[in-house]
Amino acid sequence: MLEAINISKEFPGVKALNQVNFKFYPGKVNAILGENGAGKSTLLKILTGVYTQYEGEIQLNGETVSFSNIKEAQNAGIAIIHQELNLIPELSVTENLFLGREIKTSLGLLDSSKMEAEAKRLFEKIQLNVNPKTLVQHLKVGEQQLIEIAKALLCNADVILMDEPTSALSDKEIENLHRIIYELKKEGKTIVYISHKMDELFKIAENYTVLRDGNSIDEGEMKNTTEQELIRKMVGRDVLIEKKNTNNEFQNTILKVENLNLINPNDKKRKLLHDISFELKKGEILGIFGLMGAGRTELLETLFGMHPTNGSYNLEIDQKNTFHKKPKDAIENGLAFVTEDRKTEGLVLGMDISSNISLTYLPTFGLLTPSKDKSSSKDYIEKLRIKTPSEMQLCQNLSGGNQQKVVLAKWLATNPQILMMDEPTRGIDINAKNEIYNLIKELAANQMSILLVSSEIPEILALSDRILVMAEGKIKASYLAAEANEDKLLKSALPE
Amino acid sequence: MTISLNHPLIKKSQSLIALFLLCLFISLLSDKFMTSANLWNVLRQISVNVCISVGMTLVVLMAGIDLSVGSVLGFTAAVCAGLLKNGLAFESMDLFVGFTVLGAILVSILIGLVLGLFNGWVITKFSIPPFVATLAMLTIARGLTMLYTEGIPISNLGTEFEFIGSGWMLGIPVPVWISIFMVLIVVFLTKKTTFGRYIYAIGGNERAAFLSGININKIKLAVYGIAGMMAAVGGVLVTSRLNSAQPNAGTSYELDSIAAVVIGGTSLSGGIGTVAGTVIGAVIIGVLNNGLVLLDVSPFWQQVVKGFVILLAVIIDKMNQKNK
Repeated sequence: MLEAINISKEFPGVKALNQVNFKFYPGKVNAILGENGAGKSTLLKILTGVYTQYEGEIQLNGETVSFSNIKEAQNAGIAIIHQELNLIPELSVTENLFLGREIKTSLGLLDSSKMEAEAKRLFEKIQLNVNPKTLVQHLKVGEQQLIEIAKALLCNADVILMDEPTSALSDKEIENLHRIIYELKKEGKTIVYISHKMDELFKIAENYTVLRDGNSIDEGEMKNTTEQELIRKMVGRDVLIEKKNTNNEFQNTILKVENLNLINPNDKKRKLLHDISFELKKGEILGIFGLMGAGRTELLETLFGMHPTNGSYNLEIDQKNTFHKKPKDAIENGLAFVTEDRKTEGLVLGMDISSNISLTYLPTFGLLTPSKDKSSSKDYIEKLRIKTPSEMQLCQNLSGGNQQKVVLAKWLATNPQILMMDEPTRGIDINAKNEIYNLIKELAANQMSILLVSSEIPEILALSDRILVMAEGKIKASYLAAEANEDKLLKSALPE
Repeated sequence: MTISLNHPLIKKSQSLIALFLLCLFISLLSDKFMTSANLWNVLRQISVNVCISVGMTLVVLMAGIDLSVGSVLGFTAAVCAGLLKNGLAFESMDLFVGFTVLGAILVSILIGLVLGLFNGWVITKFSIPPFVATLAMLTIARGLTMLYTEGIPISNLGTEFEFIGSGWMLGIPVPVWISIFMVLIVVFLTKKTTFGRYIYAIGGNERAAFLSGININKIKLAVYGIAGMMAAVGGVLVTSRLNSAQPNAGTSYELDSIAAVVIGGTSLSGGIGTVAGTVIGAVIIGVLNNGLVLLDVSPFWQQVVKGFVILLAVIIDKMNQKNK
């Protein structure tokens, strides 16, 4: 049995896990439920030795364990199958399987035939019909997943953690996976299973643990609960954000998208986005809700000219037909895009605040205008309450919330008509969150139109005038602010 | 009063202090070092590497690399000398075009620009890593040089041309003036223009720069073009100093220039560094070369010592970054 006792984990400014307790039983599928940001990933990382600093205790079969790296966790019999698979496409199935634990001959050379035979034996067990010499890149996603499971079996894992294993699988592949999980269960393995798909959990899981905002809310047996009850436990929290007054009396359409499609660049036969159409009015905040992988970020990226070859759409901005081949085109049409990841996409961390803000509006070739940049960045520092000694402070020295404000400032400096925001408050403290909420409301009141992508239901509910719900690359539902609530949003967002 | 080695002022001028200590050390061992004749000579020798290295600084700041500068120098130098000496003859049209010194120099710099732009075009258009693209240009330009010169030096280019490499102006060697001018241009570009700002931004975070609407390809093209031009300027200096264009001129100059950039504190992963640092780096390498010659160290040992100095510089830089 894998047991956690009072596990807490803190990141600067955020308590990711707070006194979490759970028990995972052998021979059972133990489901972890929770919204994005509830603490599931943090928990998995602690269990597998990625995070080594935490409070509390983990017990494996009654003994306290602590892992200082992934290898130690594996040796103790805990394996994880990630949502994004960790295989090396250029290597063969067998080479991937034995990566880091190769079988060697007495001379210390690789013993390929022995490894291939072993691979064959494992594949038979999980009914995977693949030649051990095949390169991983030629396998389907479902098959790759099974390779990961074979890897877990190879190191004799007793506990197998699965993080949304079915999110990219076809129905048939899912069925196959469930069958294998059933077999593993019979052998007495402990399966820990994370999924957003409720019906799936009711089919395969025996026990559940619900996490919310880093707290363990409830645990029990699946047969004693209902989908309704679980959803309520996942989202049931107080809405702290002051709700925006909305009358939905917006007049002018500023943005009109029709038939937006996006082809998967890694698999040209599949689409990431299907026939998306919507309108955005002047001064309106349009919330876009969905679970991870629903295609929300890709939607914004496509509009911003980041997928010029794989994306296709009819786009009208201010009643003018247009197409964005690169971000610059979108910026010129009055779009701004506060990206999800401020460190890799939003800021040049080694540059100061003022330089980062001016990146969006300076010409390619021309003289710098330090005094103008200085006064405009000073304005933004004051207006957005960016906590910094001066505008010359390097962005890498700012806290997450203040970095996010600099990203906002840099986009506001372009005077956009349409502001697109992708998870604008992810990973920042409550205070900064509230300041950003107020700013968003103020911008909208001044007739800016806002596309707000968020996984946080309270945030979406409080700020939006209208809400689109996305799942599996499609728009699944549309609600006016007045008719939306947490249950409805989450229900529409769950994949079918 | 105690001075900590971690004092920001000391850290900032670390390479200057290293240069000072190096000079002190050499002058203690050899009384020939601190003579004005020797010092001017050192500066004159350095001026070629300074020109190439300031161009290289822009490339490295952008997280790129240009291995072709030595060969580009060789080719542009050969063309410059060839035009001066033989002009351009179009036999079919019975036409002969002679070149003035200025004309030949401008054409060779233009060729440097074109070769550099070609590098930039390959890198941006086909997403080829700069290392590979400029490695190819290294061979191409050297091959072109051999074709053009047929492997034979082009010599006796006239006193007017010789003046550029060997003459004096206001008590300072002409090549030193020219390298100062090139440094000032590039300092201006990095400190005062949006172009310079974007070079740092691309080196710091190319994706963020792209999403900010910056035309990354244009900037890259321009930077590799400038690197090519700077190599050509270096070529003019080398050629006029020797009054001869050697077919193998500039061979392995890319290594000295990358060394100057790195010793000067510019990060090979881009975004961090200054032109001034590179100039100090080039001076350190020049003084070191000179000192080793004065101290009668064998040329083979000189290479070994130089290699270790480069390593040392980068290790110190790395430790500084960690301490931050």
